[in-house]
Amino acid sequence: MTAELGHYALVLALIVALLQSVVPMVGAGRRDDRLMGFGGPCAMMQLTLVAAAFLALVNAYVTSDFSLRVVAENSHAAKPLLYKVTGTWGNHEGSMLLWSLILAAYGAAVAWFGDRLPATLRARVIAIQGMTGAGFLAFILFTSNPFERLDPAPIAGRGLNPVLQDLALAIHPPMLYLGYVGFSIAFAFAVAALIEGKVDAAWARWVRPWTLTAWSCLAVGIALGSWWAYYELGWGGWWFWDPVENASLMPWLLGTALVHCVVVVERRETLKAWTILLAILTFGLSLLGTFLVRSGVLTSVHAFAVDPGRGLFVLLLLAIAIGGGLTLYALRASSLRQGPTFALVSREGGLVLNNLLLSVACATVLLGTLYPLLAEAISNDRVSVGPPFYAATFVPLMIPMLVAMAVGPMLAWRKADLAAALGRLGVAFLASIAIVALGWYVAGGGPLMALVGIGLAAWLVMGALTDFAERVALFRRPLGVSLRRAAGLPRSAYGSMLAHGGLGLLVAGAVAASAWKAESVQMMRPGETATVAGYTLRLEEVTREGGPNYVADVATMTVLRDGAEIAVMTPERRFYPVEGQSTTEAAIRGGVFGDLYAVVGEPDDSGAWVTRIYFEPLVGWIWVGALVMAAGGALSLSDRRARIGAPARSRAAAELAVEA
Amino acid sequence: METVETKRRRPLWPVAIPLAAFGGVVGFLAYMLLLDDRDPTYLPSPLIGKPAPSVAGPSLLEGAGDVTDGMVGAGGPVLVNFFASWCLPCRVEHPVLTEIAREAGVTLIGVNYKDAPDAGRAFLDELGNPYAAIVADQTGAISVNWGVTGLPETFVVDADGTIVYRHFGPILPEQRDELMAIVEGAS
Repeated sequence: MTAELGHYALVLALIVALLQSVVPMVGAGRRDDRLMGFGGPCAMMQLTLVAAAFLALVNAYVTSDFSLRVVAENSHAAKPLLYKVTGTWGNHEGSMLLWSLILAAYGAAVAWFGDRLPATLRARVIAIQGMTGAGFLAFILFTSNPFERLDPAPIAGRGLNPVLQDLALAIHPPMLYLGYVGFSIAFAFAVAALIEGKVDAAWARWVRPWTLTAWSCLAVGIALGSWWAYYELGWGGWWFWDPVENASLMPWLLGTALVHCVVVVERRETLKAWTILLAILTFGLSLLGTFLVRSGVLTSVHAFAVDPGRGLFVLLLLAIAIGGGLTLYALRASSLRQGPTFALVSREGGLVLNNLLLSVACATVLLGTLYPLLAEAISNDRVSVGPPFYAATFVPLMIPMLVAMAVGPMLAWRKADLAAALGRLGVAFLASIAIVALGWYVAGGGPLMALVGIGLAAWLVMGALTDFAERVALFRRPLGVSLRRAAGLPRSAYGSMLAHGGLGLLVAGAVAASAWKAESVQMMRPGETATVAGYTLRLEEVTREGGPNYVADVATMTVLRDGAEIAVMTPERRFYPVEGQSTTEAAIRGGVFGDLYAVVGEPDDSGAWVTRIYFEPLVGWIWVGALVMAAGGALSLSDRRARIGAPARSRAAAELAVEA
Repeated sequence: METVETKRRRPLWPVAIPLAAFGGVVGFLAYMLLLDDRDPTYLPSPLIGKPAPSVAGPSLLEGAGDVTDGMVGAGGPVLVNFFASWCLPCRVEHPVLTEIAREAGVTLIGVNYKDAPDAGRAFLDELGNPYAAIVADQTGAISVNWGVTGLPETFVVDADGTIVYRHFGPILPEQRDELMAIVEGAS
């Protein structure tokens, strides 16, 4: 019965979303306050109804109601409660419902926090958010109904794919969707601005927090997915350039460009048309990602439901939303007033370079993702585009970007002195060289590109520190003055330093883990040892143990360093009888300087076990770096100036920040 | 804040470039999606056109003699079906298999994949046994030799003992006629 109520709530939500997309839009055209005011309650109502439907589905999973098709296909009574709940979005239908829930929540948030927005802009943003919501609700109801019943109901469910029964993966989709879907707000603001024909600093100030929220959540979501792949898939890889991963990386890259561009509009009221275009395209890439993952048009290790009918529906949504947005852009963008000009060497110029490199990088990822399709269309060959393509295209684009990233914050708005900016970075440059030398000494050599990578990582971190030192005039003024200045710096300034420094950590981890990874694969009997990167692992025994819904072969390994026992590691190999699948649970001994990573495989007839042992230098820095970047975004978000609807009060503070 | 607005006339067409590019991408994706007989999950079996691997082994059923390779390819096409009691889609296809075996008279060889023998027999007691012979593949070795990637899977083997077709997943009622046509083509 709750399932039918959920279904009913979803139908009502669609109707409300349709009203939300029409009434306030008409109201904004007629300047009718009552019609415009209708949008807010609609957005709230849509959220309430979608939340009710979502809870009904969660309830079906928790109570193992196998008369629902999605529950029977993706859950099992013997599964731990946590994974019953998170299993709600571990499949196509449930994840689309989660997507709609987040979409409705963002719409309601704009209605809730947007009371200081100009009435017509607010009404139009809510209406456009309503249109997106209606599109996805229709998609769910017509192609992916999660409340479809099975008659007769099976006695047991098929279970959730065991590799998905994992905490990081359970919170990965919600974070990812908070990111993907968050860009819908930037899209709604962009389209509303095109209709209004007005983009100004106030507009940018309203868009900024939403964009930052989406960007930070997407960063965390991508990092969680990568971390999961690292520890769960059992071979220590953390990024595969898989189409599904690319689908999340592309909006993030363009979203990064957008986050910077919005600042330019806010401070200088220039690059307006480009910012609007970025906002439309960023959400477009979020939708394209959804299409690629769910249509089955690309083969991927974790593609969802392979269903051309669904694919066509998403493609139609994409065509209407983004095609509509771009048509409006083509018609109205030239009527946006051009902003003040700026010199090539200036903060704006630096941000244009940032945008150019990020956009081209995003385009190469898009090309790499779609190329297998193109090749198939032209020559009917099945090809896959792997890491070598990205090493040859993406990486060379990132190098100039990382070089420029430390310089950009040193440049003044409008017109800057490049030589002076570089001069201020002299210490950072020398420190980076010293770190490269240190890395070269510690690692005992290494590929040239790896040393360049470490140098760039150090350059970013040092650049962020220099930025801080410059802003507070460290060592140039008395310490007390510097401290007072540090306390007075806007949080957004700290946010950008953290984000830039965090990327430095990420780059260091990625470079070190790729270039200096050590591995050893062997057959081991109890009592035998294997040595990798100075650690000796001794296999003690392999025992069979039971878990809640699996049986496991647990290997016990003693880790020795210089003859002394320092740790015990217990990699497992689990068999899930319900799903008939095995998973490897790697044992990971994490450390600041690297992870020791052990995997146990199948035994052979003579009782020897396949073991794989890796040492991954600095690998943890990848995810720490991503979290630091997201924290930077969140800190910037908490800035008083970024708070929604505070444009008037913030003028003075903004001027202050420009001078600082 | 100063606002020096430059009112130059800009050409109109560059703003349409994103729309045109986007249209191209969407059109291409729609074309690929709607392309007939294109299945991205389709993995051709390298065994098609090759002699069928062995299905010899102990029978699942108590008292029945061992299953031998002579049962495959002798006197007409057979279906070799890989199943297990714990596999829900196997339950789904079971009525269709039964119909094919009983009504169309096709010989069905079952391979019971890594199942507890009691559970395998209970499965057949519950749903009925349409198989002419069932081998208990306790180690999974037979399934590996056939290149089975998931359950259920069904192979059509012709009268010469050559694999002519591989069907992934459950045989759904609407796929029955298509499969029967292949079986008839193989005889």
